[in-house]
Amino acid sequence: MDAFLHVLQRGDLVNLAAATLVASTPLVLAALGGLMCERSGVVNIALEGIMLTSAFVGYAVAFNTHNLTLGVLAAVLAGMAIAGLHAVLSIAFVVDQIVSGTVINILAVGITGVFYRAYIQQAEVRGPGVLPVWKLPGLGDIPIVGPIFFQQAFVTYAALALIVVVHLVLFRTVWGLRTRASGEHPRAAETAGINVYLVRYVNVIASGALAGLGGCYFSLQQVGNFLPGMTGGQGFIALAAMIFGRWTPLGSFLASLLFAGAGALAGRLQIYGVHIPYQVLGMLPYVLTIVVVAGAVGRAVAPAAVGKPYRRS
Amino acid sequence: MEWGQVHALLGENGAGKSTLMNVVYGLIRADSGEMQFDGAQVQVHSPQDAIGLGIGMVHQHFMLIPPLTVADNVILGQETARAAGVIDGRASRRTVNELSRRYGLQVDPDARVRDLSVGVQQRVEILKALYRGARLLILDEPTSVLTPQETEGLFQIVRGLTAEGSAVIFITHKLGEVMAIADRITVMRRGKVVASTTPAESSQADLARLMVGRPVLLRVEKGPAQPGRPLLQVDGLSVLDDRRQVAVDGLSLEVRAGEILGLAGVEGNGQVELVEAIAGLRPARSGRVMLCDHEVTAASPRRRLRAGLGHIPADRHRMGVILELPISDNLVLGDFDRPPFARGIVRLLAQVRDHAARLIKSFDVRAAGPQQLAGALSGGNQQKVVVARELSNGPRVLMAAQPTRGVDVGSIEFIHRQIVEQRDAGLAVLLVSSELDEVLSLADRVAVIYRGRIAAVLQAGEIDRDRIGLLMAGGQADQVPAASEGAL
Repeated sequence: MDAFLHVLQRGDLVNLAAATLVASTPLVLAALGGLMCERSGVVNIALEGIMLTSAFVGYAVAFNTHNLTLGVLAAVLAGMAIAGLHAVLSIAFVVDQIVSGTVINILAVGITGVFYRAYIQQAEVRGPGVLPVWKLPGLGDIPIVGPIFFQQAFVTYAALALIVVVHLVLFRTVWGLRTRASGEHPRAAETAGINVYLVRYVNVIASGALAGLGGCYFSLQQVGNFLPGMTGGQGFIALAAMIFGRWTPLGSFLASLLFAGAGALAGRLQIYGVHIPYQVLGMLPYVLTIVVVAGAVGRAVAPAAVGKPYRRS
Repeated sequence: MEWGQVHALLGENGAGKSTLMNVVYGLIRADSGEMQFDGAQVQVHSPQDAIGLGIGMVHQHFMLIPPLTVADNVILGQETARAAGVIDGRASRRTVNELSRRYGLQVDPDARVRDLSVGVQQRVEILKALYRGARLLILDEPTSVLTPQETEGLFQIVRGLTAEGSAVIFITHKLGEVMAIADRITVMRRGKVVASTTPAESSQADLARLMVGRPVLLRVEKGPAQPGRPLLQVDGLSVLDDRRQVAVDGLSLEVRAGEILGLAGVEGNGQVELVEAIAGLRPARSGRVMLCDHEVTAASPRRRLRAGLGHIPADRHRMGVILELPISDNLVLGDFDRPPFARGIVRLLAQVRDHAARLIKSFDVRAAGPQQLAGALSGGNQQKVVVARELSNGPRVLMAAQPTRGVDVGSIEFIHRQIVEQRDAGLAVLLVSSELDEVLSLADRVAVIYRGRIAAVLQAGEIDRDRIGLLMAGGQADQVPAASEGAL
C-alpha cells in the first residue's frame, strides 16, 4: 500500500502510464499478428520465435550497416520469412500447427544463440544505438496526454497506428471478411469462391511482419543490443493478450496494457523499495497471464476453425 | 433439364445424388464424362466456374458462417468494394433487401446467421445463390430440416423462381415432395440413372421401387401398443445449452413399457440437450430423471447404461461409432471391460469377435467381417452397428435420436422394424426425430417439443400431421383445430 502511495505522491502516474505504453509495444504488435493469423484459421504460437529472430536480424543488420531504418526493415522481413516457414509447414504440409510453432520457437533460440556467439558477442565495434524518441510537435506538449502518447519512438507509434489499421482491415474490408470466413468455416468460404489457402498464407505472413516489427523493439528500441532469449516469453504473453482481448485489435491492445502495466508497476515498486523480493515482483506479469487466461478460457470465442488444417476434398 | 422447371433428383442416401451435384458445382472432379450447359459443353473445375455459368447450390449442410451477418454471408466472395478494398456496406445491404423482396424471402440483412432459425438460414443460402446470378439452383435435401409449413413456404419460393425462368434441381429422398413440386423426376440408384419420369406418369410406390430396386413397405406395420408401467420419467427438467442458455425448460414426459413416444419438433428446440441430459452427457440444472424407478439425474452415463438405458445418438460420427476402430470393438463399447469380454484387466478378444460375428449376422450388417473398420461401412451399416450394440446390452428403455438420419431406405426399414419389435418385447422407446414422417409412422403417442417445453402430447387417435406441424412452429394447442385436447 505504501508503495502505491509513493507512486501517487510523486506524481509519477504519467511516467507509469508512459512506461506501460512503451512496454506494451511488442505485446500489441505480436498480438495483432497473432489475431490476423488466427482469424484466418491458423494458430500461431511461433510469435515468440519470430520476435526473437527479428530482434536478432534487426540488430545484426543495423550493426553492420549502421542504419537503424534498415535494421527495422530487416526485422520485418525476417519475421515474414519465419512466418512463411510456419505457413508452408502448417498449410501445405498440414503439420500440426502447434508442433510447427513449437519447432520454430526452438529453432529461433538455437539459431540466434549460435550467431550471437559467433559474430556479435566478440564484436568490439560500437553498436548501432537505439531508435530515437520523436516528440511530435504540438501534440507532444499537451499535458499528460503528450508525454504518454506523443513522446515515443518509432516502433511504439507504429504499434498504435497498426491497432487502427488491423481493426479496419479485419472488419471493414473485403480481405478482412474473407479472413474471418476462412477462420470460421473454410469450406463455406471455399464454396463462395474464396481461395482459403491464399488467405491463410497471406495472413500468416502478415502476422510475421507484425511480430517481426515487435521483435525489433527489444534490440533496436529498448536496449540497443541483442541478448540471447531477450524476448523473455513476451510472445506467449501476447497470445494471452490476444485471447483475453477476444481476438479483436482493440481488446488485444487493452489486454496488452494490462500485462505491460503489471510489469511496469513491478519495476517501480522495486525502485521505491517495497519489501517484496524482486523475483516475486518480476513474476507479476506472468502470474497475471495465467490467471487471466484461465479466467478467459471457456468464455472466449475463438474462430471456429482455428488450428484445424484445411484440405480441399 | 429445361429452364423454368423443377427437376427432382430422387435416390437413396448413397445413391450418388449429392456426388453428382458436387461435380456439377465443381467441388469434385469427374473421372470421365462431359457436361453440357445451355447447349454448350462446359468444364467446371471449381465452384467459381459453376458460379460463372450461373449455377448455384444450397448444400444439405449449410455453407453459412454463423458469427457473420446475413449481408456478409451473402456477399462473401463477390463483395462490392470501394477504394482500398473497403466493403460498401450500404450497397450490399440494399442488394440483399432487393433480392429478398423480389423473391419473397423476408430476411433481415443485419441479423447474425447464428441467431436465425434453420428455415431462415436456408433462405439466406438461396439468397446467396441468387446474388451470384444463379439461374440453375441446386437444392440438396432442402426439406430435411424444415417443418411441414416451412416446406410449403420453400415450395412457394421454388415456384416463384421457376416462374421467373430459373431452373431448380431438387435433390431428395422424400417421395411426397417429389410428387408435389417436380416437373420432371430422375431416379438414381447406386450411381446410375434408373428412370426418368414425371409425377403424372408415376406413383409413390413406383418411385420407391425404382429407388430401392425392389418393392418397399412405405408404412411400418405394427399392432396397437400395450403400454405397461412408466420406465422413463422426466420431471421438470431444465438443461442449459453450450452457450449457457436455457435449452430445456422445465420439461416433463414419461414413456411406458411397450410404447413408442415420438418427440417431434424442429431441430434446435432443445431435443439435443434433452437427449444428452437423459443419457447423462449434460448436467441437469433442475428437475429429475427416473429410469426404471431409480433416480439417475446425477448418475454417470455408465450407471444409466447399467440401469437399462440404450441410447442411439443423433450424431453417429461424434457419439455413435468410433470410425477408427473395428466393428467388433464398436459393438462392445459399453461392456468391453467386464465379463464376458474381459477378465480383470485382460480383454478376451475371441469373445469380442464371436459376439461381433453373431450381431453382424442377426442385424444384417453388410461388412467384410468383425475386423473391418467402422469407418469403412456405409452410413446405414454403421447405424446398424449402433443399434445392435444398444439392443444387445439388454436395455429396458431405448432412446433413439434421429435413428435413421443419413441411412438408406433398406436400413431404415430394418431399423424401424427393430424398434417396433423391441416395443412389442416390452421396451419403453423414446423416439426423437426431426423427420415428421418417421414420428408419424412409428410413434404410439407424439409429444411436440417447442422452445424446450412440451407443447402438447397427442394420443394415438388424435395424431394429425397439420396439427403437429403447427405445434412444432409454436402454435398453441388450443388454437390448433383438433378432435380433442391433448396437452399434458
